[in-house]
Amino acid sequence: MSFLVDSIIMFTSQVLFFGFGWLFFMRQLFKDYEVRQYIVQVVFSITFAFSCTMFELIIFEILGALSSNSRYFHWKLNLYVILLVLIFVVPFYIGYFVVSNIRLLQRQKLLFACMVWFTFMYFFWKLGDPFPILSPKHGILSIEQLISRVGVIGVTLMALLSGFGAVNCPYTYMSYFLRNVTDSDILALERRLLQTMDMIVSKKKRIAMTRRQMYQRGEDQNKQTGLWGMIKSVTSTQTGSENLSLIQQEVDALEELSRQLFLETVELQATKERIEYSKTFQGKYFNFLGYFFSIYCVWKIFMATINIVFDRVGKTDPVTRGIEITVNYLGIQFDFFYAISSNKSSNVIVLVLAQIMGMYFVSSVLLMRMSMPLEYRSIVTEVLGELQFNFYHRWFDVIFLVSALSSILFLYLAHKQAPEKQMAL
Amino acid sequence: MASLDRVKVLVLGDSGVGKSSLVHLLCQNQVLGNPSWTVGCSVDVRVQDYKEGTPEEKTYYIELWDVGGSLGSASSIKSTRAVFYNSVNGIMLVHDLTNKKSSQNLYRWSLEALSKDSSPTRVIVSNGDYDREQFAENSVPLLLIGTKFDQIAETKRTEVLTRTAFLSEDFNAEEINLDCTNPRYLAAGTSNAVKLSRFFDKVSNPQPGYRYRILWHDLRILDHVMSFFVFL
Repeated sequence: MSFLVDSIIMFTSQVLFFGFGWLFFMRQLFKDYEVRQYIVQVVFSITFAFSCTMFELIIFEILGALSSNSRYFHWKLNLYVILLVLIFVVPFYIGYFVVSNIRLLQRQKLLFACMVWFTFMYFFWKLGDPFPILSPKHGILSIEQLISRVGVIGVTLMALLSGFGAVNCPYTYMSYFLRNVTDSDILALERRLLQTMDMIVSKKKRIAMTRRQMYQRGEDQNKQTGLWGMIKSVTSTQTGSENLSLIQQEVDALEELSRQLFLETVELQATKERIEYSKTFQGKYFNFLGYFFSIYCVWKIFMATINIVFDRVGKTDPVTRGIEITVNYLGIQFDFFYAISSNKSSNVIVLVLAQIMGMYFVSSVLLMRMSMPLEYRSIVTEVLGELQFNFYHRWFDVIFLVSALSSILFLYLAHKQAPEKQMAL
Repeated sequence: MASLDRVKVLVLGDSGVGKSSLVHLLCQNQVLGNPSWTVGCSVDVRVQDYKEGTPEEKTYYIELWDVGGSLGSASSIKSTRAVFYNSVNGIMLVHDLTNKKSSQNLYRWSLEALSKDSSPTRVIVSNGDYDREQFAENSVPLLLIGTKFDQIAETKRTEVLTRTAFLSEDFNAEEINLDCTNPRYLAAGTSNAVKLSRFFDKVSNPQPGYRYRILWHDLRILDHVMSFFVFL
């Protein structure tokens, strides 16, 4: 009886999560587009629902809610479904939509999508070779194989994002890094931009005028006969077209300049807004948090180094911290997705997002296991089988460190470059 | 009728509707082979003959300013974009016939462009919402262009065309529906070509009638007050 009650509870919560995912998709991701293929929305919402359910199950585990039999059953069910979705459904649809964007392959869409999927499966399987995942006790198609591979990818992704987020977050929020931008700077840049546009316009007018004259002269030329007329026509058109190509090159250079000026102006505007924001109450609060966070991030990086150098397995869990950092970073991620999405690729982008989200959630469950006290570990270990959890922790530390250091380097270079460019203006 | 030295026409619309392809088709009389993202603004020039064959014949160089971006962009991008909206003589509003949202967003696009216009001869009193009367009295000529016409199935055509008819009524503008990868839609003699040249003529030779300041809020209040007194 209790099994039935528990199942109903689980099912309702899943439906709720599905609804959230659907709404999120409609309101945020596909705000500016029309949903033409509903399958994308369904797949996204399903992935979202099952990912959230996994977390819910962990919480229930800790709280001791629901009977342990039903918990076990739902764990297994959930895990199978999400693995099915992540390994079969989502990659196939990604392949399908990528293929349908390419005009050449329109005919045999399904065939090519299957080919893409097989390539994905091949690399996915190969991924397992260098890692200590294969244990002789289990067969090829066991669930451990699949989880371990998904786990590796997910952990790598999470570590990368955490590393970058750990460095980027304080950088964004702390006003110490904000360069001083005045209104006159922005006005000067805008004036330069408009001047460049005017120059482009005048050059294009010249091209249009010259082309027109050449065309008209060409018509007159056709009426001229005789050898002399032919020679004259050849030489005049040649100089005309030489001139044109020269002006065209200048126009191309000016257009490139206008694009750069536009981007620089946007950056200056953004910096000015950040400066204004940092003067508000909210801004000051985040600034303070930023300092706090930066100290914490430095400590995290230090601990990661220690763990690797002294070959220690981290007792503190990186996952919850990683989640906090990446939750902040996810906001930035979505902006990135908006920026690179367009009508055609929006389906692909959303599916990729769903894939990343799913893998991310699976691996966080994996890592979370280490941080849970012994009594709760049992069910997770039982369900997930004999995976080498220590390995995952070490792997996370390494990738986290690498990612954090490279983002520090990257941000340092970007920061250095900007004031130099300002001075060159 | 005064004529202008510089004729500037904005080409506005959501990302991916086909503004760059359209501008290329209009100016180079060729189909754009490799459409790619427009960063910032790209300008092209169209040569237009006005009153050809008559003694008042004049050749205009119409600048088509194709401003890229989306309505949901960050405010820094929006404020930078506003730089391009100064002293505009005409606006071409481009929407994708296969995407309803792009048509709906045109209201916001036109508002964004018109409220940033700093030219003192045209006043738009806007409280942020769409107001049909504004567009009725707006002196900047608008032209509505629907792209990707070839991608609409035969069965859905009437439905789409009714929708765009409502749109053109709202904007008080003519509409053209075409496919930017096929020059025959703008071939000489087609109704599209006629509408296009009519639009460019209006843009290059603005009528003096709209150069008065009209404050719609005041007029409407006055209207209400008058009707109140009449009722008394």
